[in-house]
Parts: sequence; C-alpha cells; structure tokens
Amino acid sequence: MLHFELVTPARLVRSEQVYMVVVPGTDGEFGVLEGHAPFMSTVKDGTIKLYKSQGVAPEEIQVQGGFAEVSAKGLTVLAEHVEG
Amino acid sequence: MASLKELKGRINSVKSTQKITKAKQMVAAAKLRKAQAAAEAARPYASRLAEVMGSLAAKVAGQDNGPLLMRGTGSDQRHLLVVVNTDKGLCGGLNSNIVKEAKAQARALIAAGKTVTFYLVGKKGRAPLRRDYPKAIVENFDTSTVRTPGFDEASAIAHQILAMFEAGKFDVAHLVAPKFKSALAQDPVTTQIIPVPAPTAAASADAVVEYEPGEEEILEELLPRYVTTQVFGALLEREASEQGASMTAMDNATRNAGELINKLTIQYNRSRQAAITTELIEIIAGAEAL
Repeated sequence: MLHFELVTPARLVRSEQVYMVVVPGTDGEFGVLEGHAPFMSTVKDGTIKLYKSQGVAPEEIQVQGGFAEVSAKGLTVLAEHVEG
Repeated sequence: MASLKELKGRINSVKSTQKITKAKQMVAAAKLRKAQAAAEAARPYASRLAEVMGSLAAKVAGQDNGPLLMRGTGSDQRHLLVVVNTDKGLCGGLNSNIVKEAKAQARALIAAGKTVTFYLVGKKGRAPLRRDYPKAIVENFDTSTVRTPGFDEASAIAHQILAMFEAGKFDVAHLVAPKFKSALAQDPVTTQIIPVPAPTAAASADAVVEYEPGEEEILEELLPRYVTTQVFGALLEREASEQGASMTAMDNATRNAGELINKLTIQYNRSRQAAITTELIEIIAGAEAL
C-alpha cells in the first residue's frame, strides 16, 4: 500500500494508506502506486483521484496549486487550498 | 478623607472594571487554545515545505543563475522590515516589545549605513513607528477586517512584498514578529525572508529524484510559497501571542483590581466606624450635659 499525505497550510488533511493516487501534475496527470521512483512535480488546479483499493471507484479531492513529492516514505501533496 | 458615598462609588467602579478584565481574560484563554491548535496544525506544511526546499536548494546551490529570490539582488543596501503587530490592545507589553525590537533593528541597520523602510501588518505598530520614522513606512496591511487572519491574508501580504521586491524597491526583507513561547513569554524575533536563506540541507539526496518540469522551475514556484508560509506562520504566532499576552495581562489586572477593592473596602469600613463612633460620642455628651 502507498502512504498518502495531503497537507495544506492550515492543516494535515489526509494521512492514510491507499492503493493508488492520480495527481494532476503541471505536465500532465500521473498515477502513483507503491514503490514509485523518487519524483517531484508541481501540481495545477484540479482533482486528485484517490483509489482506496484496486478496482474501486476513486474518491475525488479538489486541490489548488502546490507540489507533489514521491519519496521512499510515500506520496506527499502540498496543496495551497483543498475543497471541502 | 473621602466621604462614604465617594468611597462606595469608587469600589463599585473598580468592581465593574474587574468584571471586564475577568471576562477578557476568559475570552483570551478560550481563544488561546484555538490559536495554539491552529499554529500546531500549520506545522506539518511548513516542515514539509522546508524539507522539499532543502533538498532542492542543495541541488541548485552554487549556480549563479539561481532564482532571484534565492541569490538576492547582489546588494544589501535597502532593507525592508515587515513588522507584525496585533490589531487590538489589552495585551500587556506585547506590541511595545515588538516595536522596540523593530526600532532596535532599524537603528542597527541605519548605523551601518543602510536605508530602512517598513511594511506594517496590524494596527498597533503604526503610531509608535510613524512617530520615529515618519517617512520610512511604505505600506500598511490591515488585518482587522477579518476575524482570524488566515492563509489568504498571508498570501496577500506575501504577494505585495514579492511585487515590491520584483519592482526593485528593496534588497533584503526581514520579518519582525512575536514568537509564542508560553502564555507568559512571547519574544519578538527577526528573521530574514528575502533573499530566502539557504537552508542547511543536511539531507543528502540518497536517491536520484526526477523533477517535473525542472528543478529550477519548481524552485521558482516554491520560493514565493515559502515566503507566504513564513508570513502565515508569523500571523499564527501573532494570534497565539496576542491571546497569551492578553490572558496574562488581564489576569494581573483582575488581581490588582481585587487588591484595590480590598483596600477600599477596609477604608470604607474604617470611615463608617469612625462616623458611628463620633455620632455615639455626640449623643453621650449631649445626654450627660442634660
């Protein structure tokens, strides 16, 4: 499982184990699974798709601006603003 | 010797003052908890951002063509002091301490032959700083229109400062803001925000990280955000400091009012007794004369 964290300046929105996350990168969407190579990208305004487990309909989170960082620890998205 | 009626009036007036200070103290205590929680909640973002920046800056460091925000304008002649004060009073010496720190910094810079300008956040720093440096204040940012200044305000402040930097209005910017230690101690601290101080990147890049778009583009986007986060952190600290200082000051005020009430009550009782005694003596003397 992939450790996913979504952080905004005001609070830590999510910190959980998920199957896959699709992030709207500036240069195009990318999906992150467990064991992804170290990677960093800027994020444009859009929707993060959160797959809790394989084959399940994704949960959608609207984010505005920020960064995504994939390291050995998992995926961290630093977003300026999160809807809801 | 004040008359009985006068004393009673004074006691009542001190009592109502005490009621106000007590209410303010309790409000501050409740708000302090909230402000502290907010400051706590903002920490993960700040620390992650610093981490990301540390690893990126280590990569870009040493290059001459790094982003302007990182390497500065190449001079350190014109300084901007961003002074974060509160909007409301009743918080003890907090604001005067912040202003004192700002003035000390300004004096040191001016003594070193630099020019200093001010960017003021919050209402309470305006008057004392304007008195000493009437021409140096370039901008006021009003945070009193919103209940609790949040990221939007921080972002507005940061954008204004960054725009001024890009327009070449100053070379170095410092942030003077209170640091919340406890309800008893809030010390003003000065930190440099522009150029962004190169973080001590101890984290050696153990793996090859891929960047999208490029390292420099990401850093270019990250630095303004870092400045915003710094300002946001200062606003949160200010909020917590204000409530903490207010709580302590109002606690003292309530206690002082209590002491004053006791003293006045004793005085009131003494003069009441004295009046009764004199009256009795008069009556006895009158009866004996008959």
